[in-house]
Amino acid sequence: MEIQQYNFIFLYQETTALTKRLFIQLKRRPSTFFAGILQPIIWLFLFGALFANAPKDFLPGVDSYGNFLGAGLIVFTAFSGALNSGLPLMFDREFGFLNRLLVAPLASRLSIVLSSFFYITILSFVQSLAIMFISFLLGYGFPDLYGLGVVFATLILLVLFVTSISLCLAFVLPGHIELIALIFVVNLPLLFASTALAPISFMPTWLGWFASFNPLTFAIEPIRIAYSSNFNLDLIALNAPYGDLTCRDCISLLFLLTILSLVIIRPLLNKKLT
Amino acid sequence: MNQIQIQNLSKDYLDVKALKKININIAKGSLFGILGPNGAGKTTLLRTIATLISPDEGTIKINNIDVMKEPRKIRELIGYVAQEIALDKILTGRELLDFQADLYHIDQSNKLERIELLINQLDMQNWIDRKCGTYSGGMKRRIDLAAGLLHLPKVLILDEPTVGLDIESRNIIWELLNDLKKDGMTIILSSHYLDEIDKLADTVVIINDGKIIDQGKPTELKNKFGGDRIILKVREFSDSLESEKVKKILEKIDGISQIVINASQGYSLNFIADRDKDLITKLKVELAFSKFKIFSLSQSQPSLDDVYLQATGKTLQDAELYMTGKRDLKKESKQSMR
Ligand SMILES: Nc1ncnc2c1ncn2[C@@H]1O[C@H](COP(=O)(O)OP(=O)(O)OP(=O)(O)O)[C@@H](O)[C@H]1O
Ligand SMILES: [Mg+2]
Repeated sequence: MEIQQYNFIFLYQETTALTKRLFIQLKRRPSTFFAGILQPIIWLFLFGALFANAPKDFLPGVDSYGNFLGAGLIVFTAFSGALNSGLPLMFDREFGFLNRLLVAPLASRLSIVLSSFFYITILSFVQSLAIMFISFLLGYGFPDLYGLGVVFATLILLVLFVTSISLCLAFVLPGHIELIALIFVVNLPLLFASTALAPISFMPTWLGWFASFNPLTFAIEPIRIAYSSNFNLDLIALNAPYGDLTCRDCISLLFLLTILSLVIIRPLLNKKLT
Repeated sequence: MNQIQIQNLSKDYLDVKALKKININIAKGSLFGILGPNGAGKTTLLRTIATLISPDEGTIKINNIDVMKEPRKIRELIGYVAQEIALDKILTGRELLDFQADLYHIDQSNKLERIELLINQLDMQNWIDRKCGTYSGGMKRRIDLAAGLLHLPKVLILDEPTVGLDIESRNIIWELLNDLKKDGMTIILSSHYLDEIDKLADTVVIINDGKIIDQGKPTELKNKFGGDRIILKVREFSDSLESEKVKKILEKIDGISQIVINASQGYSLNFIADRDKDLITKLKVELAFSKFKIFSLSQSQPSLDDVYLQATGKTLQDAELYMTGKRDLKKESKQSMR
């Protein structure tokens, strides 16, 4: 019993140390952090301008394209951050810093994974808030407290899901070149093949099907609805080709995916980390 | 009393047999040296002890704890300082030590004290708050060593800790190792510097190509080699005739062997003299009797290199060149990534 309690204190101590290291790195090299905020803002600005003269009833339920786009960009920011979360680990592997962790008597090597989760979650929260705030200044509104809760709950699920995959890749792929290449190939296409930039009704059938299985879509739609004034979990969020999904459905699906990914990567991480 | 027992340890990489049935015992509180050329298997051996590699065969026990079965207990006992220094460029030295202390669950009150102590011991005050990315090779070595010592390990494992170091850093490290040994820490140190092992190690094992060639105390190994090396000159620049005469005299003395005339060094006479007999006195008497003076006489102990040469027929340097040519470093670094 006592030993278990110690283990918990140890787990806390090592996880905090690992997380702190990530934040020190961030503080001294903040450029990717700011780029992560700047990029979506530029997009918001450009895409907003691109469709500025579109017919008024171009998109149902929102009064401008910028309004539509906000949710997609928030999700995209969190998604990119999480997708890149394997990189520091990959560099630690390549430079041998990981050995320092592996010869240490860690209470659990899960702390290496946990620290990445914490780091990316906090990071994408801050980035999302910044984007939400700026888009508010641009006149695209702001969710109420309930809506805000939904935004962050959705983001946490997405971040957990994607981070666990990225960490796994960091152990499986041979080096950072391969990891970066993969991130490159996956990142934007997944965004374009979701409902971030256009609703399913705009898409050809095949893309519609794809988009309505895309985890990004499950995250985007509840957040989009969270921006509307009378938010409610049972509102229809997505008219998927296989049927309508409510906000609750989307979040549940995301939850399921996250659990599934954690279950699947566990044995792999165990193998790589023992 | 043996603190570390290694039995029948073997490890293969795809096509290389890196360790072949290694048996080693290491006494508590001793400094154990592992000597061998590039590619001998030193790092593989140390990484196996440090729980980073699992062997194909054999067992390692530290304090009677099996390294493979209870790696976490072992990790608490050992400090491991790798051959390749991996620091985080962005952290300062102090931050790195702080980080490391947390990985070893050192509590807050002890932490600062330990860090301060090590900063002083390794003379790092002047640069400890600079980022690791700005450190010289010697600084990196020192901070890495400090990191390995933070939790006061019972066994310290050092993989070539002084390679390429300036004299100052090297001396600081040597001094610290001697102090640690006095405090009862067991130290395992690999090196391909003979003088380093000679100076520091209580026991040494010479390995080559994954096999143990010889092990024992450095003096024992050298004694096994028999006798001292002696270089004798009867004049600063002698000649062939004279040195042949001297050689005849030497040949008559019992206990002197392998006499060689070295024409390139002014016809000096090189030979090996048994250590137990008082040969030098006898030699002086014999020479005086034949009216030869002694211009110079130098006596040196055989080095570990001589031991190595005798065991393998190669000097350590030759072996090194040979192995370096055989290795595929790129492939190795790929495979040693975890
Ligand atoms: N990851 C690896 N994959 C394949 N072969 C390896 C790997 N690591 C080491 N080897 C091989 O195993 C043998 C022993 O290597 P090791 O690194 O243990 O030698 P070493 O004595 O530490 O050499 P050095 O003095 O150069 O550090 C060498 O032949 C080397 O080529
Ligand atoms: Mg080595």
